[in-house]
Amino acid sequence: MLDFLAKIFNKDSSSSSNVAKERLQLVLVHDRSSISPELLQVLKTELIEVITNYMEIEEESLEVNLDNKDEQVALVANIPVKKMKRMNKSLSGS
Amino acid sequence: MGEVIVVTSGKGGVGKTTTVANIGAGLAGLGHKVCLVDADIGLRNLDVVLGLENRIVYDITDVTAENCRLKQALIRDKRFNELLLLPAAQTKDKTAVSPEEMIKLCNELKEEFEFVIIDCPAGIELGFKNAVAGAESSIVLTTPEVSAVRDADRIIGLLEASEIFSPQLIINRLRPKMVRAGDMMGIEDIIDILAVDLLGVIPEDDQIVVTTNKGEPVVRDPRSMSGQAFRNTVKRLKGEEIPYMDLDESGFLTRLRKIFNRK
Repeated sequence: MLDFLAKIFNKDSSSSSNVAKERLQLVLVHDRSSISPELLQVLKTELIEVITNYMEIEEESLEVNLDNKDEQVALVANIPVKKMKRMNKSLSGS
Repeated sequence: MGEVIVVTSGKGGVGKTTTVANIGAGLAGLGHKVCLVDADIGLRNLDVVLGLENRIVYDITDVTAENCRLKQALIRDKRFNELLLLPAAQTKDKTAVSPEEMIKLCNELKEEFEFVIIDCPAGIELGFKNAVAGAESSIVLTTPEVSAVRDADRIIGLLEASEIFSPQLIINRLRPKMVRAGDMMGIEDIIDILAVDLLGVIPEDDQIVVTTNKGEPVVRDPRSMSGQAFRNTVKRLKGEEIPYMDLDESGFLTRLRKIFNRK
């Protein structure tokens, strides 16, 4: 009976194994969010490709970065638009 | 044509060399042709864990530098005829071998052997790059500690970058009593975090220290828990479906069984 009670208490989120798991999950969000400069360049090139189907952009001032904040990782892109394309034109291809 | 498997962990001291020795001996015990490659140049250890340290003449750098033929450097295990070791060099460093040389070496070895198992050094530098260069699959080893699991996660990422996908995980040195008490991460916790397939769970076992002292793989010990766990792991590696053993000697089920048996 005592064992049984102890078992219930140990499922409590304050057990050290749960603390370990939670800490690990947090730290891995950051660890995994790192992206190599080469991969980021590939991502940029592909982004430009897709976006230029719809609008003209300033390719030189395009900024793409991964942003780490607390428990979240965000992909932040700053893309200055020069001119919109006519949608009917770009859709005619399909 | 054999398979080249790298055993890696990132963190040191989690039991890579012991695992390589036992998986190798386990496979050879089932009649497979196995070659173990110690890629930890400068910190040679697989030889001493296997009890083959007095028989080394040539090492891996002699093969890549073409000082000897590959066959001359391979050491046959005294217990298993089908188990051979290619030892690391002890007096050189990781730069003594290049990734290109490792690829060539692995290609040559897999012509001859069914399993080529590479003992990867700790760390993520050249030694790691060399060890994974010729491998097509991987076993990632961890222990239920935050530092080891974090490093395992990093290694899984680096393996993917080297185009070695779907690693198989071995959790080493698990202490079932501590897991039950909530004081150690359990199997599900670790799988949850790393999101990879499980290959084996090896319990913490004093017998590993005893057998390693003598240079004998624990997989040959019919009575120890860790020996059984390694035998199961080896069978799973071959593709067999083996249920996970009850590591919990004084666990709930075992106690229940004891109560019923008492009648």
